[in-house]
Amino acid sequence: MNAVEIRGLSHRYGAGPTALTVLHDLDLTIPAGEIVLLTGPSGSGKTTLLTLIGALRAVQTGSCRVLGIELSKADERTRVALRRRIGFIFQHHNLLSFLTARENVAMALELDPDLDEAERLTRAEAMLQAVGLADKVDAYPAVLSGGQRQRVAIARALVHEPGLILADEPTAALDSKTGHETMALLQHLAKERGRTVFIVTHDPRIHDIADRIVAMEDGQLVQPATH
Amino acid sequence: MNELAPLARASPVLATAPAAAIQPPPAPGFRLPFRLAWRQLRHEPARLAAALSGVVFATLLIFMQIGFKNALFDSAVLVQNSLQADLFLMHRNTEALWRSASFPRARLAQALALPEVERVTPLYVANVPWRNPETGLNRTLLLFGVDPTARLLGFHGLDDAAWHAITRPDTILFDERGKPEFGPIRSLLAQGSFFGELNRKRVEVVGSFGLGATFSSESNAIASETTFWRIASGRNPAQVDVGAIVLKPGANVATTKRALQALLPDDVMVFTRAELAQFERDYWAKVAPVGFIFGLGVAIGLVVGCVIVYQILFSDISRHLGEYATLKAMGYTNGYLARVVMSAAFILAVLGFIPGFMLSLGLYEIATAQIFIPLHMTIPRASFVFGLILVMCVVSGLIAIRKLRDADPADMFR
Repeated sequence: MNAVEIRGLSHRYGAGPTALTVLHDLDLTIPAGEIVLLTGPSGSGKTTLLTLIGALRAVQTGSCRVLGIELSKADERTRVALRRRIGFIFQHHNLLSFLTARENVAMALELDPDLDEAERLTRAEAMLQAVGLADKVDAYPAVLSGGQRQRVAIARALVHEPGLILADEPTAALDSKTGHETMALLQHLAKERGRTVFIVTHDPRIHDIADRIVAMEDGQLVQPATH
Repeated sequence: MNELAPLARASPVLATAPAAAIQPPPAPGFRLPFRLAWRQLRHEPARLAAALSGVVFATLLIFMQIGFKNALFDSAVLVQNSLQADLFLMHRNTEALWRSASFPRARLAQALALPEVERVTPLYVANVPWRNPETGLNRTLLLFGVDPTARLLGFHGLDDAAWHAITRPDTILFDERGKPEFGPIRSLLAQGSFFGELNRKRVEVVGSFGLGATFSSESNAIASETTFWRIASGRNPAQVDVGAIVLKPGANVATTKRALQALLPDDVMVFTRAELAQFERDYWAKVAPVGFIFGLGVAIGLVVGCVIVYQILFSDISRHLGEYATLKAMGYTNGYLARVVMSAAFILAVLGFIPGFMLSLGLYEIATAQIFIPLHMTIPRASFVFGLILVMCVVSGLIAIRKLRDADPADMFR
């Protein structure tokens, strides 16, 4: 089964003569459980592809199936519902500053009506323990280091057992050593749990965590290389 | 095992009906958004205090405005409500008691022609200066001139002895609840009667009563008709300000009123006591701009509170736009985030109202004790003001919510 299936996907910004096409007739398949890394220069359309897969933007042309849901012509409700089954990791941690680490992680569980508070907190704590932050559960983001914050973000992206994890330049705000450690942790947790991961990155030092690397240039996938 | 459960749950859905099978997001309750709003507010106590000070200010301002407005209306009809008669005559041109136009005393004699009328009493009023016996400064009070045997005025403390005392010429009863600028009337009277100067005439204060300052007079005094005419020199005894009519027991007030209207010329108006009080109220509410001014005060309080609460909610959203966008990316709906903002508005309303109410209570007591304007906190008034504050915060919240549209989760990836 494939987590992501893209056929003939095109996307452009604006309309008329000034329209800018950023994705050209793209095909991409990501099998479940695989860790795929997307590289490419700035402006190549990587981020647009990520936002389309993440159901954050409406699909214009072509087919984009994510976790079995066709996003072409999908309405906002469908996209919101799908986003709940995806874990997002951002360039900057984007943690809620007024919540503790545990509360931040539990935010990913508050949309599930079947869970009670105790279960949410237990799972959030277990997840924080898995990313090595068992002693920081009650800390606010302001007192955590950059690497610790990104690990909380990883815990938040994984705790609700998403079918797909999307990460956008997750090491951009970290030094190279911390960046690699954090991504190795993500790889370990994803493999342990059989999660599918799609990472957009410039950072060549984290290529070793990927099962497959895809490169992009001018809105097209180039030299698909198996790692 | 537990970790695999959602995948297992998701798989059959994929196999059977792909796109349509996805569950629409369930409508969020209010508990979790409320908790999120509270956590956000309490995280920055200084900002919370600033927001609350705005609500406290609005609460205080509205309570004081409404309090003064009602005190005005209550005090304005204190005299009317204590008049011991059934029907009243006033000149057609009279707008309010303190600035009444007088009408011929003959109208009262004409009224006696009706069999239902038991007796008639004229009431004279005049604004005259009283010389403070301690400081020598003049200050205007409202002087009532009335037959002491008629027992027309039902003010607090007016007993038979007091009425009897002013049957002697050049004696008056003084309002001991008037403003302190008129002198220490109570302590002076404790040592017996004393002499004072009313409209530059020497009078003897022989007793007191309790009416208190109203918006039309700062203090009051009562004299017999003859004393009144001597003090208010220039007043024609044949011209009266209010004619009080007492009906025979069993007489119908409404039919007698109609009979009087038919009998008397158009230069006088006939009122029941309730109508007389309402007439005075209407004067303050409509003719004088006082009612409008207090209404404006309430509106200004609401607008200022609205702006402050809106500013706080708006800047909270602006400063946390990235966090709101992150929540949207995680699958939180606009409706959920709107509930967070509305919860914050509700929290601000409640937390701001409580200290605002306490402070108002204190100010009401000070106003009652120090400036002799009785302000009363009642449950309906407190509920009404809380309702206004709540509406104010909700409106602010609804305006601030529009800013949520700027939180675009796609912007989180750049």
